[in-house]
Amino acid sequence: MPVIVRDSGFEQDTWEAEGGLFIDLEKYGQDVADRDPSKTAIDIPNNVTVESLKGLFVNASMIRIPFPSFADGRGFSLAKQLRQQGYEGKLRAIGHLIADQYGFARVCGFDEIEIDDEMAKRQPEEQWLARIPKQDLSYQNLLMGERPLRNA
Amino acid sequence: MYNYNQFDHDFVRNRVKEFRGQVERRLDGSLTEDEFKPLRLMNGLYLQLHAYMLRVAIPYGTLNSRQMKQLAMISEKWDKGYGHFTTRQNIQYNWPKLKDTPDILDALADVEMHAIQTSGNCVRNVTADHFAGAAADEIEDPRPTAELLRQWSMDHPEFQFLPRKFKIAMTGSPNDRAVTKAHDIGIRMVRNDKGEPGYEILIGGGLGRTPMIGKVVREFLPKADLLPYVEAILQVYNLNGRRDNKYKARIKILVHETGIDTLREWIEEVFETQKIHHQTPPAEMIEAIEAQFQPPKFDNAKVDEDKLSKIIAADPLLRSFVETNISEHFDSNHAIVTISLKPIGGTPGDATAKQMRIMAGLAEAYGYDELRVSHEQNIILPHVRRDDLPEIYKVLKDAGLATANVGLLSDMIACPGMDYCALATARSIPVAQELSIAFEDLKLQQDIGPLKIKISGCINACGHHHVGHIGILGLDKAGVESYQITLGGDGTQTASIGERAGPGFSYEEIVPAVSRIIDCYMNIREGKNDTFLDVYRRVGADPFKEALYPEETATA
Repeated sequence: MPVIVRDSGFEQDTWEAEGGLFIDLEKYGQDVADRDPSKTAIDIPNNVTVESLKGLFVNASMIRIPFPSFADGRGFSLAKQLRQQGYEGKLRAIGHLIADQYGFARVCGFDEIEIDDEMAKRQPEEQWLARIPKQDLSYQNLLMGERPLRNA
Repeated sequence: MYNYNQFDHDFVRNRVKEFRGQVERRLDGSLTEDEFKPLRLMNGLYLQLHAYMLRVAIPYGTLNSRQMKQLAMISEKWDKGYGHFTTRQNIQYNWPKLKDTPDILDALADVEMHAIQTSGNCVRNVTADHFAGAAADEIEDPRPTAELLRQWSMDHPEFQFLPRKFKIAMTGSPNDRAVTKAHDIGIRMVRNDKGEPGYEILIGGGLGRTPMIGKVVREFLPKADLLPYVEAILQVYNLNGRRDNKYKARIKILVHETGIDTLREWIEEVFETQKIHHQTPPAEMIEAIEAQFQPPKFDNAKVDEDKLSKIIAADPLLRSFVETNISEHFDSNHAIVTISLKPIGGTPGDATAKQMRIMAGLAEAYGYDELRVSHEQNIILPHVRRDDLPEIYKVLKDAGLATANVGLLSDMIACPGMDYCALATARSIPVAQELSIAFEDLKLQQDIGPLKIKISGCINACGHHHVGHIGILGLDKAGVESYQITLGGDGTQTASIGERAGPGFSYEEIVPAVSRIIDCYMNIREGKNDTFLDVYRRVGADPFKEALYPEETATA
């Protein structure tokens, strides 16, 4: 079972249990009108341009961005761009992230991270919570007034 | 000289605490070796051939005597009593133990230093002209901007996992002493038509296996726009830089494959967004940084130049030192002293703890407490009174630090090579040592004139061989060291990449080969002011190739 990491700690994923769907961007297709945005999450690849997604912002209440490897930081910039371009739904990172990256993900605009069971065991909850961003220790916040954190 | 405020202190201490935790989590298995690796790299800790290596940042090369003394202390307490100053204004310790590194980082934090982002695929230590704030030719001190960039880059949430490392260098002088054109971002301080200060921004320079000279992406950037613009460059690179091949992952490849004009458009577009979403750094913060880089309160008593020239004239060794190792300061009573870390037969860039303390002592006694590290692996006293030069020379001489070879043949850059580095394919340090011994007569070196020899022990080019007037690249050919020579490289404002002269030479042949190049140059040149680089640019490679490969050219 995957685990969802949020500022409040580890949680079970209730999205699908509550009727939510994950839909690949390429399969999103034409029948947009039939879909309930509140039940729609779109899986995007991490090499897509945000410009091409703008039209979908109102059609989904979650966008999920993959991290194929924790060393592949494209998802951070993608999340930041989505927020800057006005996406206000939920942003979830999925894949191989490590606890040490939790703060980076949050500051870049993610609300939560979906990790697998093995990772949740190896890096338990307290290791992730220890990395809730400390905005009072952020040079970027100090210098440039980064967008404030969204409530998770 | 920048002094940490409470925020900087808290930040660095917190970072040490985090790293201490990461080391513990590696040991208890929470972090795999793969996961731990980039985390330790971001804190300066490499795994080398024989041991760990800790690379400590000396931001824009500036440090005070207290910091230099602490570097000496660290080398004695946790290493083997010496340190190695690098081409990116860092100091490396070659023998620390993993378990000691958090304590070393705490000892650095005690003197407002750190090892953050001296490695890893993130924004590295921001480097600058080592004569900044002192040089006679300077338009503006680049260090307040470099400090701003240091702060901006620290633990930047978006840019810790870039496709590859990212290096920024700055100069405030038309004479580029910071190799800005061979950096991922090179920044030159300029004025526009209205006389307003701003920056010229270059991107895509780099050495390594695909050397490139940086291209101008923005001719004039107003000062206030710096952070959003740099943020835009990094975001475009993070999203578009190649991740399929680490040898094609630097921004220079993106510039090369996408084209500077297209990339400029992408960057400008993102820049517009960044400007909307970020505030400009508050003016009082910028002013607080700038205030800390004001020149020291100089002792303005007029130097008795007559007396000084007599003292210098009376001592040929002192005279030679003054002619070679002293540069012009913007204040006529003062001078810039370059202390060569290239003694004949020594390891370029190494200093013992004792030498570090002596240099720190000189900075305290004569140098307004300031020192610099140059990318050419030397130490600078940026502000000294000219009438103190004889005394400074005496102290340096007694410490084996008075080699009068700055800018000359034996003032070489050499990477650590196979003596330390896990990536190296050949030795570099012994080649530098043997070359310097072969030309140990400093009078001969002075006669040869300005010459930059740069040696790398592998294709990654840490020894900057591509921009050496004579570059030497050590490779491994079927288990045997083979040294390729490049000619005509230049790392300054007239930057160029050296051209390969021909087939490589064995370890035994490389020093005689360089000697033949020098002989050839001495025969061709039209007087002493006709430098090696001038001659090469005028006559081309052919005469040098003939000198290097007499048999091939004779039979051809």
